Amino acid sequence: MHRYANPTRFLRIANAILPWSTGIMILAFGVGLAYALVFSPPDYQQSETVRIMYVHVPSAWMGLFVYTAMAIASAVALIWRHPVADLAAQCSAPVGAAFTFICLVTGSLWGKPMWGTWWVWDARLTSMLILLFLYLGYMALAGAFDDRQRGAKAAAVLALVGWVNIPIIKFSVDWWNTLHQPASVNPMGESGIAIDTAMLIPLLTMALAFKAYYVTTLLLGMRREIAAAKVRTLRMAAVHGA
Amino acid sequence: MTEAVLAVLRRDLRLALRQGADSLMVVAFFVITVALFPFGVGPEPVVLERISAGVVWVTALLAAMLSLDRLFQTDYEDGSLDLLTLTPTPAMAIVIGKVAAHWLTTGLPLIVASPVLALLLHMRPEGYGVLVAAMALGTPTLSLIGAVGAALVLGARRGGVLLSLLVLPLYIPVLVFGVSAVDAAVMGLGFTAQLMILGAMLLGGLVLCPWAASAALRQAVE
Repeated sequence: MHRYANPTRFLRIANAILPWSTGIMILAFGVGLAYALVFSPPDYQQSETVRIMYVHVPSAWMGLFVYTAMAIASAVALIWRHPVADLAAQCSAPVGAAFTFICLVTGSLWGKPMWGTWWVWDARLTSMLILLFLYLGYMALAGAFDDRQRGAKAAAVLALVGWVNIPIIKFSVDWWNTLHQPASVNPMGESGIAIDTAMLIPLLTMALAFKAYYVTTLLLGMRREIAAAKVRTLRMAAVHGA
Repeated sequence: MTEAVLAVLRRDLRLALRQGADSLMVVAFFVITVALFPFGVGPEPVVLERISAGVVWVTALLAAMLSLDRLFQTDYEDGSLDLLTLTPTPAMAIVIGKVAAHWLTTGLPLIVASPVLALLLHMRPEGYGVLVAAMALGTPTLSLIGAVGAALVLGARRGGVLLSLLVLPLYIPVLVFGVSAVDAAVMGLGFTAQLMILGAMLLGGLVLCPWAASAALRQAVE
């Protein structure tokens, strides 16, 4: 664990991963978008609007996944006082918030032709909205202190407290029988994978593309933060030296 | 531990009593905000009856939230929080004592005031008892969650606005089940499930919130 607390070593690993994650991202987005938008069949009920699903579902998965990653990074940062984990948590937050926002917007665009309304106060929609507020609260708290360290720690505690909501969001469609349909891709559940292979493959390719995008932006963001910290230290040294 | 909790509780209650008007102000906020709704949505009893449970709960949430800055902020500013954490007392004891005092000075008055406001909003009499029971289970949870938020924003810029952004999303489950318990009772349906979930949230909050709040508190005075 502490091996990776050294920013230089971390940068070396990040620079090794970055070309791969960028390549996978470009490839998966190319193939996934082509299948999702052109080659996959239209749904027998939803016709062409089903194509929104290929963006909506992966972004919903990522919204939950990134928050969980953020909570784990925060726990590592709090327990082992791990500086790189702090950076990982803070650079994850804007990406996760963006995924959650995309999920809400695409869901709303799909809801208008399908449900006849932009928005319903359904359990899943409401809980995703709460998730967005959790992300915004996290970012606001991390940026609200003059002392960056203090902001990072306070935000880490908040990320752990907010994580309590993740299982509620995940299972909201199963617990409350509301307008939003239950999960169609659930290998462990009794319904299994209730989606045709012709749609499942582009969906999973898009999910891979989103995940690679997250890894790429996260590593780029962390690299930027480490560089910014170096600049700050050098400036301070210059001021005190003079 | 128990002695420390009681000592903090006694100190905070004494301060609240001597400084007077604070808990009265929370109740006044509660009453005046509820009184705004008949002006806003019109005085028809049918409409007011339909929204009564929600209005009382939302307003109670806001009142509980507005009083959170009193929990740690004043002690943080005058330095007594530093002294409290310097003593061998565990930070968790300070948090528990302060949360108990906060609930006694804000949650309890809100519970007492709520049936009167329900009456003003034409809630059906079947709802009063459940409203009080749900508030009795829900308001301690509000104080507990609020303590985490209040400890996190100590020393932050614009802490008050930030606090609402942190705490209100976490208050939503309490609101959902609190309102649905009262609605079920008014419609003559069973409401024990909702009360049990409120109780479960209180028990979960009792375990987790003091821990999180004391972690946040230690960072604030570091």
